[in-house]
Amino acid sequence: MIEAFGLSKRFGSIEAARDVSFVAQNGQITGLLGANGAGKSTCFRMLYGVLTPDSGRACIDGLDILGATSEARAHLGVLPHAAGLYNNLTARENIHYFGSLYGMSRQLLKSRTDELVRSLGMESFIGRRAKGFSQGQRIKVALARALVHNPGNVVLDEPTNGLDVMAIRNLREMLLDLKAQGRCVLFSSHVMQEVAALCDRVVIIGRGRVLADSTVQEIRERNGNASLEEAFLQVLGNTEGVS
Amino acid sequence: MRPLFIVFAKEFLENLRDRRTLLSALLFGPLFGPLMFGLIISRTLEQSVLESDVPLKLTISGSHYAPGLTRYLESRGARLTRRELSENEARAAVRGGGAQIVLLVPEEYPKLFAAAKPAPLLLFADSADSQTRKIADRARNMLGIYANTVAQLRLEVRGVSPLLTVPVAVNDVDVATPTGRAVLVLGFMTYFVLFGLLMGGLYLAIDSTAGERERGSLEALLSLPVARAALVGGKVLAACAYMCISLALSLTAFVWVFRFVPLEKLGMSANLGAGTALIFFAICLPFVPVGATLMTFIASFTRSYREAQTYLTTVLLVPTLPIAFASVYSLKPTSKLMFIPSLSQHLLMTSVLKDEPIARLDILISAAASLAVALLLFTLTARHWKRETMLG
Repeated sequence: MIEAFGLSKRFGSIEAARDVSFVAQNGQITGLLGANGAGKSTCFRMLYGVLTPDSGRACIDGLDILGATSEARAHLGVLPHAAGLYNNLTARENIHYFGSLYGMSRQLLKSRTDELVRSLGMESFIGRRAKGFSQGQRIKVALARALVHNPGNVVLDEPTNGLDVMAIRNLREMLLDLKAQGRCVLFSSHVMQEVAALCDRVVIIGRGRVLADSTVQEIRERNGNASLEEAFLQVLGNTEGVS
Repeated sequence: MRPLFIVFAKEFLENLRDRRTLLSALLFGPLFGPLMFGLIISRTLEQSVLESDVPLKLTISGSHYAPGLTRYLESRGARLTRRELSENEARAAVRGGGAQIVLLVPEEYPKLFAAAKPAPLLLFADSADSQTRKIADRARNMLGIYANTVAQLRLEVRGVSPLLTVPVAVNDVDVATPTGRAVLVLGFMTYFVLFGLLMGGLYLAIDSTAGERERGSLEALLSLPVARAALVGGKVLAACAYMCISLALSLTAFVWVFRFVPLEKLGMSANLGAGTALIFFAICLPFVPVGATLMTFIASFTRSYREAQTYLTTVLLVPTLPIAFASVYSLKPTSKLMFIPSLSQHLLMTSVLKDEPIARLDILISAAASLAVALLLFTLTARHWKRETMLG
C-alpha cells in the first residue's frame, strides 16, 4: 500500500505539488493522470524519497519513506521516468547489480532473475549487452530491475513512453499480472486509453493538486457519462474556473 | 561495506568493457608521457653529442686580408669556404640560407691590425635560428681565443707579462653529482607520472557520474536502499583502482624507456631502476585518492558527459601548477611544502632521483596531507550526492 499525506513541494516560485493526498491499495492498479508538467513526476519522486517534501509525508506499507528509508524502499520497486540501463553490462548483469544492492543473496538473485526472464519474456536477450536494445527490451529490463527484490509495491513513471503497440500491450499484461499477484501498482500516464483500460482507481492531477480521486466509472458518470478523455478535460476545466 | 564493493565491482567491470576509454586510460595516458619524454631526451642528447664532433663550417670573405687568422682557424679544424662577398651579399647569403654563418674581413683590417688597434671583423648569423646560433657561438669562441693569443703575444713583445691582465683566476667547482645534473633533464618526468596516474581514472570518473545521469540510470540508482556515501565510495574506489593500474604502467614504461636513453653520454646517470619505480609508486599512492575524489567531485556537478570532459581535462593540469611554481622558484623540499599534494610527490620523487636522503617525516606528512585532502573531497562529494539537485 502506498499512501501520500498532504505532499507539497516548491521549486523556487513554481509550486510543483500542493497538498497531494491519495492511497494506492494492494491488489489494485492506481493511475496518476495528468497533463505534461502537472506534477506527476514530482509526486512520484517524493514517494520513493529522492525528493524531500516541504510538508506532508509518504508511506510504503505504513513505513515512512523519510523516517525508515531503507525499510520502506525494500518494499518498493521503482521504474523512474528515465529508466536508463548500463550499456556495457548484459541485461542479466543490469538486473543483478540492482538486486545485489537490494542486499539479495547470489542464489536468491539467480532464481528470482530466472523467474523474471520467464514472466517478462526476456530469454532471447538476457545474456546480451544492453547497447543496441530496443525501447521495448529496455523497459523489460528496467522493469525486471525494479521487481527483482520482489516488492509488494511498484511505482512506474510513464512506463509506456516511447513504446510501440506490441510493447504497450505486453506492459499492460505485465501490470495486470502484478495486480493479480496482489501487489500495489501505481503508475502515471497522460494517455487516457491506457488509464481507462487498466486502472481500478484514477487520481487526476493538475497544476500540482489532486483534482479527482475515484474509479474510472465514477469519474465518467460524474461528468455526464463522457469518455474518460472528455471527463478529464471537464475536471481540469472545472477547477480552472474555480481557482 | 557490501554495497560499496558491489558498486566498485560494477564500475570496474563496466569500464573494463569500454574499449575506447580503456585505451585512453591504460594506453594513451601512461605510455604517451614516457615515450615522448624518451624521444625528446634522446634527440637532445644525440644533437649535443653530434655538435662537438662535427667540424665548424664557416664561410669567409676577404681571407687574404687576414692570413694569420685564416691559418689559425684552419689549424683548429674549421672548414673554411672562401667567397668574396660584400656586406649586403653576406647578409643576403645568411638570410637566404646560402651560408649558415659568414665571417667578413673588411679591407681596413690589415692596416688596423698592424697598428695594434681594434681590427673589425663582421660575423653574420641568424640569432633566431637555434641551430646557427650554436654555430655562431662556436665561431665567436674560436675568434675570442685567437684574439686573446694575439693580445698576449703583443704584451710579451713589449716586455709586459701577460699575467698582468689576469688579476683574478676564477675556478668553477661544480658540486652537482652526475645524477643531480640529470635531474634538470628529468625534472618534468614527475609531471608525466602524475598525468599518467590521473588519466587512468578520468573516463571512469566521468562515466560513473555525469554518464550515469545522461544515461538516465541515476534516478533508479538513487532510489535504492543504499547510503549515498557507499555509492560515491564505490565509484571513487573504482577510479582509484584504474589510477593505480595506469600509474604502475606509466612507471614501468619509464623504466623501460630509460634503458634506451643514452644519458651516460652526457656524464649523467638516471637513478631509475625497478627499485626506484617501486618507491615512486609508494610516494604517488596517497595522491591517487586525491585525483579520484577531485574528479568525481567535479564531474558530479556537470550535466553531461561532454561538459564533464571539458572540466576534467583542466584537472589534468592541476598537478602542473605547484610543479611549475617549484621549478620557477627552485624550491627545496621542506616539511612545510609536504602539505601540498602533487608538489610533495614531485619534490619527493625528485629527491629520490637525485639520490638525496629523504626524511621519514616528510614522507609521512606528504601521505597524511594528501589523504586528508582526499577525505575532505570525498565528504563534499557524498554531501552533494545527498542533495536533491543531484537528480538534475
